[in-house]
Parts: sequence; C-alpha cells; structure tokens
Amino acid sequence: MSRAVIRDSLSISIAVGTYGAAFGVASVAAGLSIAQTCALSLLLFSGASQFAVAGVLGAGGSAMSAIAASALLALRNGFYGARMAPLLQVRGFKRLLASQITIDESTAVALAHEEKSASDARKGFWLTGGGIYLFWNLATLLGALGANSLGDPAQWGLDATIPAAFLGLLWPRLKSNISRLVALAAICLALLLTPFLSPGLPIIACVLIPIIAGWRVRT
Amino acid sequence: MWSAVIGASALAFAFKYIGQSIPQSVLTNPRIAKIADLIPTALLAGLVAVQTFASKTELVVDQRIAGVAVAAVALYLRANFLVMLIAATLTSALLHQL
Repeated sequence: MSRAVIRDSLSISIAVGTYGAAFGVASVAAGLSIAQTCALSLLLFSGASQFAVAGVLGAGGSAMSAIAASALLALRNGFYGARMAPLLQVRGFKRLLASQITIDESTAVALAHEEKSASDARKGFWLTGGGIYLFWNLATLLGALGANSLGDPAQWGLDATIPAAFLGLLWPRLKSNISRLVALAAICLALLLTPFLSPGLPIIACVLIPIIAGWRVRT
Repeated sequence: MWSAVIGASALAFAFKYIGQSIPQSVLTNPRIAKIADLIPTALLAGLVAVQTFASKTELVVDQRIAGVAVAAVALYLRANFLVMLIAATLTSALLHQL
C-alpha cells in the first residue's frame, strides 16, 4: 500500500471526524437528546443528512419532513455506491459494511487513487470510511455532552451554528454557474414558501429546482 | 423524534446499499446524474436560507444573519470548517449579549 493512501486517508479521517463535534453541539442545541444525537451519527452517518434532521426538527418541522429532507440529501450516497461497487467487489456482510461507509470522503479518496492502483483505491475507501466513522462518532458524543452542559443555545450563539454548517457544506458545491443559479433559486423559493407551509416543507419543495434545471441539461 | 432518527437512518442506509447492489448503467443516465448532482446544492441552499431567517413560519432578521455573514466571509477566506463555525457561533453569541 502506498504511503500516499495512508496519509490521505488518515488526514481526512481526523479533519472530517472532528466536525462530528459540531454536529453533536448543533443537534443537542436543536433539542435532540444525547442518545438521539449519537444514534444519528452511528446509524445515519452522512453529515448533511444528519444536520438536516436536527435542523428541521429544531425548527418545529414534523418527523416526516425531517426524514424527507434527510433522504433527499442521502440519495447521492446511492450514486457513490454504484460508482464504488465495481471497484470494491464485495458481498454479504462486507457489502453491508461498505454501504454504511459510502460517503463523500471515502468515495473521493478512492476515486483519487483509482487510476494509479485499484488496490490502493480500495484501501483508501476502507481506511477513510472506517477512520471517519470512528472519529465522527467519538466527536459527536463529546460535542453532545458539551452542549448538554451549556443551557440556552441562543445565548451561546448556537442558533447560528446550524445555518453556518449548511453554508460550509454548500460552499464547495458552488463552482459552476448552474449550481450557483440552482442555489440562488432554492434560497428564494424556500423563503417565499416559509410563511405558507409548515416548517420543513419549504426545504423539500427545493428539490423541484434541480429536477427542472437537470432536465434541460444537454446530453 | 426517535421516529425521525430511525426513519432517516433506515432510508439513508437503503440508498447506500441499493447503490452498491444495482447495475451501474441504471445511474449513468446523464439527466439522472445531473439532477442527482444538483439536489444537495438546492437542499443545502434552502436549509441555509430557512435556518437563517425562519422562526417557525415567520421570516425574521436577528443575530443569526450576522453569524452566517461572518461564516461566508470565513469561507471566502478559505478558513477551516471548524474555524468558520466557531467564528459564526461567537458572532451570534456576542450580538445576543448586546
């Protein structure tokens, strides 16, 4: 195994894993219990979707709205899975494990090493996915315990933590003109619908924008 | 709240597992791939807007906008994710005290 794979996997595991603390803090500040917060990191294990569950529930949205928003954000993991399957070639229990750690970062590391060596790409996937899983869950617990001892979330500025986290997740996706246009349209639509729909639904309505924009793509 | 936690987790796992298990050709339709690529962008943008301005079904301007503005500046300056979050949180906390 090349040292570049180990270096990439470990540095990304630690850097991304520590963001789990931010999720732990934000989730408890949104009103979820420590157990619910840790369950999301253990079971859901997909950052944007986890923040969506906490955000929608915290804003007073229904469980169904939270599930729908989270599921729409988790769809992309299915596409990553389809991309990784021919590389990983795993069955049975190993496929269950691989599925759980199929996220943005494990896929990105595997793809970065795929051209040079398929074996390195596989190791990069497992090391990055497994490493992030470990650090993300530890950090979530620490963050949740920390936030639990604070008291009123707004007093500590935690009401700005969730939107800032979403902005941080959105930022790297704004590289093309079409994605900037889609983001701008989604902001307008969500704000326009907020006074008329129950919390959570305006977010789900935003899925119409990529469907319209993506449908017109030239093939 | 547990139903949301379990439901969201089950669906996310189902997507991951189905993706690993179906033939790749199904998901390589360029139109489907483009839409799938843009969905997170739209949802995340919608979430930024709602989490910044909404209070239940009302639109309000409070200390959160200052926190998010500081976050945007930090991201523009290529700050680390945690540094950006801490800057946004401190800004909102400071304004809350005033």
